[in-house]
Amino acid sequence: MSITTIILIIAAVLIVIIIGIYNGLVRARVRMREALSDIDVQSKRRFDLVPNLVETVKGYMTQERTILENVTKARTAVMQSSGTPLEKADMENQFTGALKTLFAVSEQYPNLKSNMNFLELQRELEDTENKMMAARRFYNSTVQDLNTKIQTFPTSIIAGMFGFREEKFFEITASAEREPVKVKF
Amino acid sequence: MASLYTHRDSNIRKTWIIFTVFLIIVIGAGFLFSRIYDNPTIVIFAVVFAVVMSMVSYWNSDKIVLAMAHAAPVSRESNRELYTIVENLSITAGLPVPKIYITDEAQLNAFATGRDPKHAVICVTRGLLERLNRSELEGVIAHELSHVGNRDILVSTIVVVLVGFIAILSDIFMRSLWLRGGGRRRGEGAQILLLLGIAFAILAPIIATLMRLAISRRRESLADASGALLTRYPDGLASALEKIRDDRTPMSIANNSTAHLWIDDPYNEQKKTPFLHKLFMTHPPIEERIKMLRGMKV
Repeated sequence: MSITTIILIIAAVLIVIIIGIYNGLVRARVRMREALSDIDVQSKRRFDLVPNLVETVKGYMTQERTILENVTKARTAVMQSSGTPLEKADMENQFTGALKTLFAVSEQYPNLKSNMNFLELQRELEDTENKMMAARRFYNSTVQDLNTKIQTFPTSIIAGMFGFREEKFFEITASAEREPVKVKF
Repeated sequence: MASLYTHRDSNIRKTWIIFTVFLIIVIGAGFLFSRIYDNPTIVIFAVVFAVVMSMVSYWNSDKIVLAMAHAAPVSRESNRELYTIVENLSITAGLPVPKIYITDEAQLNAFATGRDPKHAVICVTRGLLERLNRSELEGVIAHELSHVGNRDILVSTIVVVLVGFIAILSDIFMRSLWLRGGGRRRGEGAQILLLLGIAFAILAPIIATLMRLAISRRRESLADASGALLTRYPDGLASALEKIRDDRTPMSIANNSTAHLWIDDPYNEQKKTPFLHKLFMTHPPIEERIKMLRGMKV
């Protein structure tokens, strides 16, 4: 076997390996983007539930105009936010906070607490929030996969060549959960 | 959650091996039968039968398993809490929401079945729902979802049907030999075949049990670990397993061919454990599993 054939064989093997690694990286990235759209599905669901909630609550909470306005404002902010997933998540967390305040205040209204429609909406919203958390955790696991691939050798070389970037994790504890809910009466 | 995906390929490979072993055993048995009875159509019959059985076990074994467990489906409306737990954990695991079933048993137990995540089923006992709190239930469901994600469900479910069938086959073989015992004798060749037949009848159930063991006790510990990754709260599953360990309720639907499916061995009354079952334990000791979970850091 001449030297050229040996070199050709080595080159062919190398190319096959590079293609394999590249495809693995692309797969990890596609999975991550898919996970991101799962978060949006839950976000959208919550988004659609809130106008109903505001309508239901309006009749009862006559004195709490600002709280309702805050909820609506936070909702609009989420709708209009067009940044990185993490910036969006920040808006979402503020929205969560506004809703939490609303539910905390609703404790003061026994009539509202016995409204079946309100209770149903409250349950739905809580459930959607849990689902958003679940979707974020799945996103985090896909990001972890991708980041590990990008950082470890020899995948790191290929990742650098084709410009794969590391992604950031969501913080699982929402900022609204860290600080206590402020309620003014 | 790398463990979920890396384990999957080996399970798919195992499924192929089990199908192959099954085909060899059944067709081999058909060959022996046809020699003993001097009737070549038996081989053809065995081939057709083996292929049909394999197909049935691939497409329908989940339904057979559910029927064996007398399980009834659950909808979002009929059990909201259970449904949302499963739904949320499926989102975390990145799996489609499986169908959920409840079986009316007082023992604390659960299993998952189905050929792939799209056709997966999770089944829990009524006792489990009544006696576990939310985080414990989440732990158990996450464990079962790990079985779904890494395709343990495929291997262990087809094994129920194929192994069950081999057991029946060897039983028939034994009986037919018994009946023919004092009948016609046709020289040494027939006697050798007869010996082979007896050997097969003894070996088949052992092979069947080994096949069931091929799905390994390790899979339970693996599912514990990846389940804990889903909930990020290993203590939930650990305390659920403690309750399962202390539970001494017998299970009326306990069956040797499905025992390996459950989160813990349904034969929990140590004194009455059938002899063969003791020899071929399908689950790792529950104490070890609890210890591993308690020592886990996530």
